[in-house]
Amino acid sequence: MSSVAPVMHSSKTANMAQQEFVTFRVASQWLGIPVLTVQEVLVAMRIARVPLAPPTIAGYLNLRGQLVTAVDLRTTLALPPREAGAEVMNVVVRHDGELFALMVDEVGDVLSVETASVEPTPPTLDDRWRDACSGIVRRERGLLLILRVHAALRAEPGSG
Amino acid sequence: MDELLRDFLTESSENLAKLDNDILELERTPGDMGRLNGVFRTIHTIKGTCGFLGLARLESVAHAAENVLDALRSGQLEVRRDLIGDVLAAVDCIKLVLDALETTEREPAGDDSHLIERLEQWLREPDGSAPPLAPTPHLATAPALPDVSADARGSIGDSTLRVGVDVLDKLMNLVGELALGRNVLVQLSTALEDSPFAKPVQQLDRVTTDLLEAVMKTRMQPIGNAWSKLPRLVRDLAHSSGKEIVLQMHGAETELDRQILQAIQDPLTHMIRNSADHGVELPAVRRAAGKPADGTIHLSARHEGGHVVVEIIDDGAGISAARVRRKAVERGLLRPDQADALPDAQVFRLIFEPGFSTAEQVTNVSGRGVGMDVVRSNIEAIGGTVELSSQEGCGTTVRIKIPLTLAIISALIVGAGGESFAIPQIGIVELVRVTEEQQALVEQVHGAQFYRLRETLLPLVPLRSLLRLGDERHDDTFNIVVCQVGNVRFGLIVDEVFDTQEIVVKPVGRLITHLPAYAGCTITGDGRVIMILDTAGIATMAQVATSHTRDDTAAAEREAERLRHEAQATPTESVLLFDAGYPALQAVPLSLVARLEEFPLASLEEADGHCLVQYRGELMTVVAANPAMDLRATDPRPVIVFRDRTRTMGVAVNAIHDIVEAHVTLQRRATRPGVLGVAVIAGRATEVIDTDHYLRQAAATEVA
Repeated sequence: MSSVAPVMHSSKTANMAQQEFVTFRVASQWLGIPVLTVQEVLVAMRIARVPLAPPTIAGYLNLRGQLVTAVDLRTTLALPPREAGAEVMNVVVRHDGELFALMVDEVGDVLSVETASVEPTPPTLDDRWRDACSGIVRRERGLLLILRVHAALRAEPGSG
Repeated sequence: MDELLRDFLTESSENLAKLDNDILELERTPGDMGRLNGVFRTIHTIKGTCGFLGLARLESVAHAAENVLDALRSGQLEVRRDLIGDVLAAVDCIKLVLDALETTEREPAGDDSHLIERLEQWLREPDGSAPPLAPTPHLATAPALPDVSADARGSIGDSTLRVGVDVLDKLMNLVGELALGRNVLVQLSTALEDSPFAKPVQQLDRVTTDLLEAVMKTRMQPIGNAWSKLPRLVRDLAHSSGKEIVLQMHGAETELDRQILQAIQDPLTHMIRNSADHGVELPAVRRAAGKPADGTIHLSARHEGGHVVVEIIDDGAGISAARVRRKAVERGLLRPDQADALPDAQVFRLIFEPGFSTAEQVTNVSGRGVGMDVVRSNIEAIGGTVELSSQEGCGTTVRIKIPLTLAIISALIVGAGGESFAIPQIGIVELVRVTEEQQALVEQVHGAQFYRLRETLLPLVPLRSLLRLGDERHDDTFNIVVCQVGNVRFGLIVDEVFDTQEIVVKPVGRLITHLPAYAGCTITGDGRVIMILDTAGIATMAQVATSHTRDDTAAAEREAERLRHEAQATPTESVLLFDAGYPALQAVPLSLVARLEEFPLASLEEADGHCLVQYRGELMTVVAANPAMDLRATDPRPVIVFRDRTRTMGVAVNAIHDIVEAHVTLQRRATRPGVLGVAVIAGRATEVIDTDHYLRQAAATEVA
């Protein structure tokens, strides 16, 4: 079992007006979640299937003896499934005292942005994104959507 | 030592340890009302409990100190050095008495009048002008006490710690994870020959096992904790109903995991209430029956194997089996003939069915027809069982059997569809390996599978299809895990049976708690996560109890059908019902049937005026169950295969109707050849066929 330590970042954490997000890519979309919600980032691990579980639940993984529910964000966000053999990363978050692994395609840097520059999600955004995201950050490389972790941990795929 | 006294000593010594410092602090900061109130409360509590326990000496000292502290609180007295000194002397005296209590369990003799006098003096003359009494209180009391070397022994207060339940839960969790890690190591090291790790791993294995046991012990609580409210409950019930009831309790010290203790608290209360309300009669009734006027409810607990057995025995009116039978018939749970045939032991099981209550009077306490089914489901939820037996006029006994702990269980690891699952051993009755030759014992009726296990018909649940794990394809041999849930037995078909492991039960995540198939999950020795199956949930999912009822209409009907089956599983026999074109259904005991087959029309060949089919490499004669039947009318044609010592033959029928459990009692003799007689089966007049007649018919076609 190999794990990648949380991506370190050296910016001005003392500045209250700054917010830090762990960024990751799901399909072609970059998303971010607050850095403090992330416990660690893991490379692909063996996942035990749970028969009859809702489709968004990929299964369970064993993180040093702790059970982690793996949720595939591609399914949750109603994106096309990953090609067989494609690399997967797990972003482990703690939510309501339970551990979840968000299965993503790539994990990027920790991004520090000014709180003021997080804009509300535009109403023109696709329903499924608007529901799953709390805000949006414009970057040179394109838009970064701020994911609501609890929305990602619902049993049904896509938005209601 | 008395439980109350022990608790008192533990609690007091904890409080007293703080008291000295608090009083000293008070001397430094006299205005600290919070601290003053705390000190007052501690002394007040000790005084109150002393009175309750009949500790007169302690009470009088505590009382005097309490009065002084109260005067301080109200501002009548001011904090003064000499006043504080007297309060401290009182605390010392209390400590000395408590120490003596711990060794001798009795209050030591001694005279505290000087000390008390001194304390009272403060109330009389708040300015403290009174001359101090000659001997200091400490010296006055000390010699009166027996020589106790408390420090050397370590008092109860020193040897007991209060620890939060969350800490214990966390410990349990951690030690569970440690055990899982140990399993991995043990597995790795046994795979290696001559491993230098073998010895240390063995050591680690042993220590982990001990640690696990020790931690489990910390979660154990005496069952008496769940009983504490019962004496009062019984007293109040007796009082309000004009009865005299004595509650006897034995084995209150029997220890159980606190999780289980919580789970049985309500069922226990409910059953005690039932005994007091319905069981024990009014004194006049009891006297008339020649019984003592005082009724007795005897509650006991004891260890038995890895379980705890709790019994509730009352010497009340008992339950009339006849009345339960009548009620079952009224409710449509049983037919009159079924009810009569049912042994008493099974009749009493009906009491735990939903909506069943025999209380003729609905009182404000119980008897609303809810409860006993909830009692049973609560107890079954923690892997326990409950039985009831009763003798009319003599009383009722309820026996509950519960596991010691839920956190670590023994489980069978099985495989299905490429996945592994754990099945708790407690729900498993036996394992059956079905080889190719034995597959004849598996019957298909209306898409449901049954296995003829000895004399009973076992509904089969294929785990693969239940969990949608791909095609249901049996290899030549497969395994049946016979599970028992309540009174229902069913067979879980699995691909492989691996081994038995002690597993640590971990709750499933929030997102899948709604799946009834799982009781939790665990991590196996090789680090894999596997799901623990919930046999009760699976029984519900698969509707095993009702899988042969054709129309899943009303739930009530299913329930009635299930009951009928449960109730009769042992003494009755399985009967195959089929349609042969006669007005009445035909029946044959399933034990006489070798197989049920369906032959495509094309395979039925006619030769020499007989219908033949090539079956398992031989020519088998097929005889129509009804001579008027057109064998060509149905494709494929259902055929019941019979076999005696020398031959195999088939009886062609129109349709297989059902398999039911029934008592077959012939009520009319036959008038037609091939029929033994008519019996009432599943509520209908049914012709029971004579298999010999058909076997003889087939024999007539054979070469001698």
